[in-house]
Amino acid sequence: MNQHELNARNLLCPIPVIRTQNKIASLENGDHLVVYCTDPGTLHDIPAWCRVHGHTLVSTEENRDEIIIEIEVVKE
Amino acid sequence: MSKQRKAVSLISGGLDSMLATKVIQDQGIHVEGINFYTGFCVEGHTHAIRKKDKEKEKKNSSLWVAEQLGIKLHIIDISEEYKDIVLNPKHGYGQNLNPCLDCKIDMVSRAWQWCMDNDFDFVITGEVIGQRPKSQRKETMPIIARESKIEDRLLRPLCAKHLTETLPEREGWVNRDELFDFHGRNRKPQFALAKQLGFSEWSQPAGGCCFLTDESYSNKLQDMWDSRGERNYEVDDIMLLKVGRHIRPAKHFKLIVSREQGENNFMRGYRPMYSYLYPTSHGGPLTLIDGTPSEEDIQNAARVVARFSQGRDADEVVVNYVQKHNGPEQVLTVKPMPAEEIPDDWYIH
Ligand code: SF4
Repeated sequence: MNQHELNARNLLCPIPVIRTQNKIASLENGDHLVVYCTDPGTLHDIPAWCRVHGHTLVSTEENRDEIIIEIEVVKE
Repeated sequence: MSKQRKAVSLISGGLDSMLATKVIQDQGIHVEGINFYTGFCVEGHTHAIRKKDKEKEKKNSSLWVAEQLGIKLHIIDISEEYKDIVLNPKHGYGQNLNPCLDCKIDMVSRAWQWCMDNDFDFVITGEVIGQRPKSQRKETMPIIARESKIEDRLLRPLCAKHLTETLPEREGWVNRDELFDFHGRNRKPQFALAKQLGFSEWSQPAGGCCFLTDESYSNKLQDMWDSRGERNYEVDDIMLLKVGRHIRPAKHFKLIVSREQGENNFMRGYRPMYSYLYPTSHGGPLTLIDGTPSEEDIQNAARVVARFSQGRDADEVVVNYVQKHNGPEQVLTVKPMPAEEIPDDWYIH
């Protein structure tokens, strides 16, 4: 299992979702991806994207000016 | 055992593509969704920007639809390539600056390419004949199929019975008898089908899902081209056309005045790219300046900003002018411009 990070700060939805999707395409089953965002819409959209693609949402965290979303990649 | 056939569905987030997808899923086809981000999409962020819309949908409607349908959704950013469609539409524009026919051809063609790359068999859309005056007419349906090069692998389940049989129908992958014959602008058949398929909720963004069909938005885009003397744009330009009051006192500059807190927060992110004004003696809007105003223009612009501040009735309002973000600020003390002194044709709407 590898840990990866993605900087999606200052990007508006759906761009952070698209970046997450494109990043995950290159990752392996079981890898973890931590996405850093600022658009509050990502709190809805990235988990929704994970649900439709079957990836596991490990955690979401909302700080004063940053949203941190951790995903575990699930690939058949 | 026969091969599991697979289709990709153009998901806009609206009801029609949701129904078209479900109808085909129910015929045993494996469907995945595709959604193209053009930069003009009315999306979660647009609602998020405007504070008063906060309780409204912040969610991405295409993802929401995909979830209802239980399908994967692939979102593809075409905002750069899409410029050519907006700037040079071969088939022209609709009522506003919406190049719907070219846009449809482009999206279907991309979806078809995606099918070929991913071993899918055909594309479905929620198009209904006669629903949109420009792009969804009986004559345009074959144009889309031909120019996108997909030919007979494009299936429109909601109006298929009005159209020539497609390959998926001929091959028996889908049963034409179970497809529909919807046409025209009456949406009652869609609502009835939604009910029959068990959908009680769907997202129906007012004015559609694309800013280019919006008259006021198109006017702002046209104004931007006219004032710059060239038809072009960056993605940041078209984002800013979605927010604020746009006021053009002269050809060489325009003010973008935030209307409320949500827009103010959003526009703050653009301060490094624009010069700007904001009142300091009273509460009031952040105002970005697009263009190259003179000293005198800045004085006038500050009076306009004061007019939209809480000091609009005061004798004087202090407005700071920042030419370069994080650089020195010029302090201007101005008399708010009375509403009647702001000519109506300064407002771009
Ligand atoms: S409304 Fe916008 S997204 Fe939809 S077809 Fe027309 S130009 Fe394309």
